[in-house]
Amino acid sequence: MTFVAKPKIHHPLLQFNEIGLKRRDYEGSVSTLCAGCGHDSVSAAIIMACSELSLPPHRFAKLSGIGCSSKTPSYFLGNSHGFNSVHGRMPSVATGANLANREMYYIGVSGDGDSASIGIGQFAHAVRRQLNMLYIVDNNGTYGLTKGQFSATSDRGSTSKKGVPILYSSIDLVSMALQLGATFVARSFSGDKQQLVPLLKAALLHKGFAFIDVISPCVMFNNHNGSTKSYDYLRHNGSRVVEADLTLPHEEIRVNYEAGSTHAVTLHDGSTLHLQKLAEDYDPTDRIKALTRVQEAQETGNVLTGLLYVKSDESDLHDILETPSKPLNEMSESELCPGSQRLEQINQSFR
Amino acid sequence: MTTFNDFVIRFANVNGSGSASANSMFAKAIFRMGVPVATRNIFPSNIQGLPTWFEVRVSDLEHFGLRDQVDIMVAMNAETYKQDVQAVRTGGYLFYDNSKPLDRTLVRDDIVEIGIPISHLILPEFADPKQRQLFKNIVYLGALSSLLLIDFDVLKGMVSEQYKGKDNLIQPNIHAMELGRHYAQEYLECPLPIQLRHSENVGDRILIDGNTAGAIGAIYGGASICAWYPITPSTSVAEAFEQHAKRVRVDPETGENRFAIIQAEDELAALGIVIGAGWNGARAFTATSGPGISLMTEFLGLAYFAEIPAVIFDIQRAGPSTGMPTRTQQADLLGAAFASHGDTKHPLLFPSTPRECFEFAADAFDFADQLQTPVLIMSDLDLGMNEITSDALRWDDDRKYNRGKVLTAEDLDRVESFGRYVDVDDDGIGYRTLPGTHPTKGSFFTRGTSRDEYAIYTEDPDIYTKNMNRLLRKWETAKGLLPKAEINDTGQVVGVVYYGTTATPMKETLALLENSGIYVDTMRIRSFPFGEEVESFLSFHQFNFLIEQNRDAQMKTLLVNELGISPDQIESDLFLIRSRAEFSFARIRNKSRPD
Repeated sequence: MTFVAKPKIHHPLLQFNEIGLKRRDYEGSVSTLCAGCGHDSVSAAIIMACSELSLPPHRFAKLSGIGCSSKTPSYFLGNSHGFNSVHGRMPSVATGANLANREMYYIGVSGDGDSASIGIGQFAHAVRRQLNMLYIVDNNGTYGLTKGQFSATSDRGSTSKKGVPILYSSIDLVSMALQLGATFVARSFSGDKQQLVPLLKAALLHKGFAFIDVISPCVMFNNHNGSTKSYDYLRHNGSRVVEADLTLPHEEIRVNYEAGSTHAVTLHDGSTLHLQKLAEDYDPTDRIKALTRVQEAQETGNVLTGLLYVKSDESDLHDILETPSKPLNEMSESELCPGSQRLEQINQSFR
Repeated sequence: MTTFNDFVIRFANVNGSGSASANSMFAKAIFRMGVPVATRNIFPSNIQGLPTWFEVRVSDLEHFGLRDQVDIMVAMNAETYKQDVQAVRTGGYLFYDNSKPLDRTLVRDDIVEIGIPISHLILPEFADPKQRQLFKNIVYLGALSSLLLIDFDVLKGMVSEQYKGKDNLIQPNIHAMELGRHYAQEYLECPLPIQLRHSENVGDRILIDGNTAGAIGAIYGGASICAWYPITPSTSVAEAFEQHAKRVRVDPETGENRFAIIQAEDELAALGIVIGAGWNGARAFTATSGPGISLMTEFLGLAYFAEIPAVIFDIQRAGPSTGMPTRTQQADLLGAAFASHGDTKHPLLFPSTPRECFEFAADAFDFADQLQTPVLIMSDLDLGMNEITSDALRWDDDRKYNRGKVLTAEDLDRVESFGRYVDVDDDGIGYRTLPGTHPTKGSFFTRGTSRDEYAIYTEDPDIYTKNMNRLLRKWETAKGLLPKAEINDTGQVVGVVYYGTTATPMKETLALLENSGIYVDTMRIRSFPFGEEVESFLSFHQFNFLIEQNRDAQMKTLLVNELGISPDQIESDLFLIRSRAEFSFARIRNKSRPD
């Protein structure tokens, strides 16, 4: 729970964007996630990205599944509709919503449990369908809301809070998205606004399936991607309390490092995450190279961040289905109902 | 004695042998002679090589139910020959290919054998082995036209229609037909005492299956999004929707589709897509069968609790589990009515005819929008996949879609405060807004978690209770909205109750009862939750017979549970698989005569 109440009055010097809105107009309700949660940083980055793009907040639809990550659509874009659906099924709900009205911006927020386990099939098929949406996975490598079970993105060999090692191979959603034909694939770190906000902006403006895997540390059950030595923060500090109802306040982890460099981040549990930022001269239009680079980085224990792959001017689901430019949910009776005369012709074909 | 326009014929074939088109041509030709027909395809869950039967009931009186024995058997499958011979009624006819000698141990002396050397007739005429196989079916069609007096011009016309655009196939087909026709005329006693003659009983009606009619109903009802996963016997709903939408829902100027069809990765996703579309204000549906309903239950609970319109066709088949995918049953009632965990219940519609599949499909979108909840159309394989003489489809051009309570931007400007789940009208139904409507008003968070009237998450027990009770008020509202039961009440002691396809044999059952001097009142239930008329009918009749096709009396359970009536008030007439008029008649007769 974030205990800091938000101020009700705007500072007069706060900037207005091109459509006359302030940052505040893109915010949502107060987050109930743990203090210092990476997910809140992602929400903040979404708020910045949408505000800086001067997009009208009410033209967004926010969709999610179940889990800590899926709670976050409440915490940004308060003037847009949100839909917290069922576990792992956001992609199908987003598909239906998108088909009904192609003129909105669709942001799906999911987690590693939601997308890499229970919802992996729906994730894969939404990518295949080239759904025009921004799909964010807040990837913390753990089931936070049920108190720290493994997720499928945790690395084999890394250990849980209780010291149990992960016995199974990990799933890399970025590699999957690349293989399945996503036309915008990126990875970032929740604490790296300099990288994440521009990525979000580009993804929002991208036509087609834009996927961003955001490594987002869990302050309570830190089984992050890449960690091989996880241990509990509280235990480290000499306390025996491991229950989730006592949460010591944590600071949000922020990073700022140069393109092409590698940066070691110390997470809340004391473990280290090695982020490797793509160099400025990296060519993101080569899908095969992107796959190779991701896997090379994994071999050396690094997490490659940045825009890995982009392909513009691709057709989206509506182009494939040849739907009209007018949204289907705005069609009137006269556009939808063929009428009685036509029905008589249909009857005749059954005589 | 010669009878006209009244017989049951069964074709025993091997599936994948091309018999289906010949057999449906047979049925359609009789229909075109103005004689009402009903077809029944009894087929395996298989593509090639297994036995399949096609049955046509020809009846001027429209007695369309299944009969235990048949008048004519066209036995073209050696593998099932033994059981096929047994299925012929005493005095009936066995039609077979006598190119090979018949196994004499199977011969019955109480039926008439009609042998035609089909293979021998074909052999010198057609060189292509594939054609030799296919045209066997056409040869028996030609022979039957002589034996039963099918109008040959009608048959020839149908061949030309069927192979329109493939003109080189028309002549060989007609030739094969004439081979059989001439053989029968020359060597057999034609016609049989079972005959056809032109009739006026079809009128302007149509020969159509329920899935096709339902799909056309979805088009007329304004559905623009269809998401589905292939499953027998529902697949043809989505296929017919696509086929007809491509004809009548394409923008004439731009060629763009005013519809979107997604073959989803599974049934869960199919309903998820429907719910996403419904949430965003487009009319959407899915079509499935029992196993799909099982997979959809989590999403059904979400749509119930979050109050999102959705339309689901459940084309029922025999369960449980995979059950018998190609056999009909009415066994999803309880599963569908209460699908999902927690206190959930969903409106169900029970169409009995293709015309009603069309109407209920179109109406279901209005009901779902008005009630803001999923509505299930409970058809079954028998109704969905078999062609039957049905009233023509009708549409009133003045009809307007009822989109329910949806606030526009102008509405939002006028209202002081908006709460998605506030029961403003005291009917249990709040006003909803669609995403993107207004810059600052009307947005809310849709969720499957408990929430207050303003859609804010809460675990407050009082608010939770209030919300659950409001959903019950909505349930009461539904009773006034859904189709009323069709009742024929002349004050008799006995009431006969049925729904869906158990209505199909009823005309015959009632005729049999009347011939025995037994008069009963009838009620055909058309929707759940039940209206007051259902309760009244059951209370006023001393005996109520409820005919259904499942083991556990599922409709009875619903009636007893929802209406609080005594189980003693309803006597079940259960058919696990095949409901038949003669059985219902016997049971009702025995009960109605207490001696």
